[in-house]
Amino acid sequence: MQAGNETLRPSLWRMMSLIRAVEERIGDLVAAKEIKTPCHLSIGQEAIATGVCAALDREDTVWGGHRSHGHYLAKGGDLPAMMAEIFGKVTGCSKGRGGSMHLAAPTVGLFGTVPLVGATIPLAVGAGLASRLRRDHQVAVAFFGDGATEEGHCAESLNLAAFYHLPVLFVCENNFYSTHMALKERRLKDNLAEMAQPYGIPGLCIDGNDACAVFEAARTAVTRARAGEGPTFLECRTYRWRGHVGPAWDLEVGAHRRAELDEWLPKDPIARLTRVLLEEGRSEQELAGWCAAIQREVEAAVDFARTSPLPDDSDLFRHIYATRR
Amino acid sequence: MRRRTYAQAIREAHADLLRQDPRVFVCGQGVWNPWYAGTSLQDLDKEFGRERVFDCPVSENATTGAAIGAAIVGMRPIVFHARMDFMLLAVDPIVNQAANWSYLFGGQVNVPVVIRSVINRGGEQGAQHSQALQALFAHVPGLKVVMPATPHDAKGLLIAAVRDGNPVLYIDDRWLYEQEGDVPEGLYEVPIGAAAIRRPGKDVTLVATSYMAAEAAKAVEQLAERDIDVELIDLRTIKPWDRNLLYSSVGKTGRLVIADAAWMSGGIAADIAASVAGDLFHALKAPIGRVCLPDVPAPTSAPLERAYYVGAEDIIATVEKVLL
Ligand SMILES: Cc1ncc(C[n+]2csc(CCOP(=O)(O)OP(=O)(O)O)c2C)c(N)n1
Repeated sequence: MQAGNETLRPSLWRMMSLIRAVEERIGDLVAAKEIKTPCHLSIGQEAIATGVCAALDREDTVWGGHRSHGHYLAKGGDLPAMMAEIFGKVTGCSKGRGGSMHLAAPTVGLFGTVPLVGATIPLAVGAGLASRLRRDHQVAVAFFGDGATEEGHCAESLNLAAFYHLPVLFVCENNFYSTHMALKERRLKDNLAEMAQPYGIPGLCIDGNDACAVFEAARTAVTRARAGEGPTFLECRTYRWRGHVGPAWDLEVGAHRRAELDEWLPKDPIARLTRVLLEEGRSEQELAGWCAAIQREVEAAVDFARTSPLPDDSDLFRHIYATRR
Repeated sequence: MRRRTYAQAIREAHADLLRQDPRVFVCGQGVWNPWYAGTSLQDLDKEFGRERVFDCPVSENATTGAAIGAAIVGMRPIVFHARMDFMLLAVDPIVNQAANWSYLFGGQVNVPVVIRSVINRGGEQGAQHSQALQALFAHVPGLKVVMPATPHDAKGLLIAAVRDGNPVLYIDDRWLYEQEGDVPEGLYEVPIGAAAIRRPGKDVTLVATSYMAAEAAKAVEQLAERDIDVELIDLRTIKPWDRNLLYSSVGKTGRLVIADAAWMSGGIAADIAASVAGDLFHALKAPIGRVCLPDVPAPTSAPLERAYYVGAEDIIATVEKVLL
């Protein structure tokens, strides 16, 4: 698919809107105390998961962290199963063992997201390694935040992937925060894309709120990776609207949070694509229709989660070890 | 006596140490923010400056390694890890470096670092935010591991840890933070390696660690109503643990129950049980009981969490079993 393609932009718009609607619903459910598991919302950052995953095939893998609802959905994970997981139900995508921070959808290339910061970056490198050994041209994407670049995992993974020319995309979602700490409180220079350079990896700094730009950059990187030309590092600049954890806005965090929000809210990735679609001749009604369909999908997922059974106590010892295959 | 919460007592120890000893500094993720540490580090940066109390990037390995380096050259760092799980990223500097250093160089160079980590559990946070890994570290020679259960000990053990001259792992449990108790003013030490008898008794020795000491206290009260006279020992230091006190108690009661809210296999309770069985076999009137977490990673779903965590009721059931 190309960014100019008639069907691409509506599908990016729908996916971003789905992620937004799902996360807003999760936020409301947390606020209403109907669910308890810690939820890290990616509201405001939807263009990155959406744009990157649109450039991938089903067999390609994505690896994420604690803030991965968007990665799960954009890669094609089942929404009701994710919602049920967040409710702690047996029908959940991790069977009630994981909650919001541990999502899996192996059939669509999502083999698990975990909250230890940076932990999945080397795992993505491993998936790239497997791809090279099997010569199956699968690409692996590591999604991680600006905070994760501070972990040793990140530097070590960049070197390994570069040295072995592995088909890996390092997608850094620079939302300028790591919990309560702004990037400038943790790093002397705001130059994350440059991190790739000393390893011989191309590093690009792109507008992470422009789904089409993210898609284009990811597509180029995927093509490179499949051709055996090695990894690419994409720093996607964006902003986390909501709190580090939970639905609040974290206004008390950081010296300039309020001013930053005022600057970033108008850069809403969805509103931006809406404008493009309207210019292209889509009607308001058409978009409203898509929205309504998305809302129905979200409500159906919530209903499914609500009516699914909780795991039984006796279930505690299941799945500690895999059964032999 | 002054009443303080457990979290306040920890803060007070930090403040007193920072005030008294210019070599002390505090670093780690979240030391500027109550999200991570509750009130246990609150406003220390405002009182002592952000040079001595500094919040760090998400770099557990480098931060801990750097603290160890600073300790080697004469400082007294306290490194904070908001959850024990995050400390695993710093296992190389802790286990390979700090623990071995003194021995490696014939006692010429020591590592007076305190590495603090918090056990967090429950709230549907799952396997990677809930682990109680004390046994992993207690396994390693050269490390000391303390786990205060009361506000008094939370303060006194931190002070002792900073002054100890060895790498000391100080492990506190978030479930204890609101507990109140008597906390003396000023810099006092609770000796590392000394357990405490919380309640003398003659029927059975119950030894507990950290949060389980609080659960054990509840259990003992309920058992006392039924005329079961339990001697409750709070272990306080996991490595090295207080053999003398425990052995004399078991010598008296002839029965032992160990409560440690970490996993059963290869844990602290296993070590204590093996030692008592090996050294005091003839004093024992009954098999040793253990109350531990089942060997399962922490689940997230609420009903599974309830099935997973142990508490006073499990202790009571185990005490009853060894009294049969
Ligand atoms: C190894 C480890 N250290 C610390 C934490 C606590 N923690 C959770 S999320 C987070 C911030 C990560 O920031 P970033 O990578 O930028 O991702 P974002 O939350 O901004 O999406 C931190 C420090 C953790 N989960 N794992």
